[in-house]
Amino acid sequence: MFDIIKFLNFSTKKEKSSGSVAKDRLKLVLVHDRSNCSSEILEKIRADIMEVISKYMDIDTEGLDIQISETKSTQNDRNVPVLYANIPIKGMRKLEE
Amino acid sequence: MGEVIVITSGKGGVGKTTTSANLGMGLAQSDKKVVLIDADIGLRNLDVVMGLENRIVYDLVDVVEGRCKTKQALIKDKRCPNLYLLPSAQTRDKTAVNPEQMKKLTAELKEEFDYVIVDCPAGIEQGFKNAIAGADRAIVVTTPEVSAVRDADRIIGLLEANEIKAPSLIINRIRMNMVKKGEMMSIEDVMEILAIGIIGVVPDDEYIVVSTNQGEPAILDNSSLAGQAYRNIVQRLLGNDVPLMDLENTNKFITKIKKFFKIIK
Repeated sequence: MFDIIKFLNFSTKKEKSSGSVAKDRLKLVLVHDRSNCSSEILEKIRADIMEVISKYMDIDTEGLDIQISETKSTQNDRNVPVLYANIPIKGMRKLEE
Repeated sequence: MGEVIVITSGKGGVGKTTTSANLGMGLAQSDKKVVLIDADIGLRNLDVVMGLENRIVYDLVDVVEGRCKTKQALIKDKRCPNLYLLPSAQTRDKTAVNPEQMKKLTAELKEEFDYVIVDCPAGIEQGFKNAIAGADRAIVVTTPEVSAVRDADRIIGLLEANEIKAPSLIINRIRMNMVKKGEMMSIEDVMEILAIGIIGVVPDDEYIVVSTNQGEPAILDNSSLAGQAYRNIVQRLLGNDVPLMDLENTNKFITKIKKFFKIIK
């Protein structure tokens, strides 16, 4: 019996504490809040980027990932928002002259 | 010439009014001439927290609309002769006052008072704009919860946009026993996220409920932990360097019990 309790205790401890979950969630939410970029605008950016790149490359639209994230500024220690885009390329398109 | 300090938070219920009452009382007890302005028009509360609700004759809207002189509307505190309250109107709404009028009023008051403390309503609309209009500096109150910290971040952005620079932070209602267990964000967590200077940390204290029940700010009680935290913030406002309270070892009763059990083990 004791062992079961110990085991349960151990398994719950391995999970992230709710305090650090709160901190991580907040950080992500604030990146969006601070950038002042609505999901509607992000969707438009995504469509435009897809259109431009598709002219030259065959891309995997399913695997495309665009989001606002954060990175350390090169000038000071502060975090600044960045537009992160991960666009898997299937192949180059043959350019038609 | 005095200083106008706005107490704001974005989110409601994090302790703006309690903070305003306590800091006002503390500054007045330190021989400063202080006036508290309740800028929450339509939801008047600072008067009851201060225990001065029975003395109201005129209010903020009466002053702004010229129905009385500013001095006539100021209620003198019954405990502290340097402390005055300008109550808000209960039967009007936020549109009854505009930012220009608030600027004029705070400018007039800071001629005579050392500190003009404005208790800001929740939200970011007209009431907020009114409250910050004449402010020289701001104190942002938050609790260690995601919703309160998110709103505080928004407020900090709006204060900067309105050129109220370098607001200071109060983290209210922290529960160190929960922080220790990792179940509440710590002081460091909140500071890292909001990245503004901290002026105080106030522990969650049941005595605040008692003090509000009685209309006696906790700062008047020497045994209250929150009261002690507010006294420290007052000292910092006055320019004195006071370290943050050691909240780890405040639960003396519980630590004593724990020690007792350790001995018999």
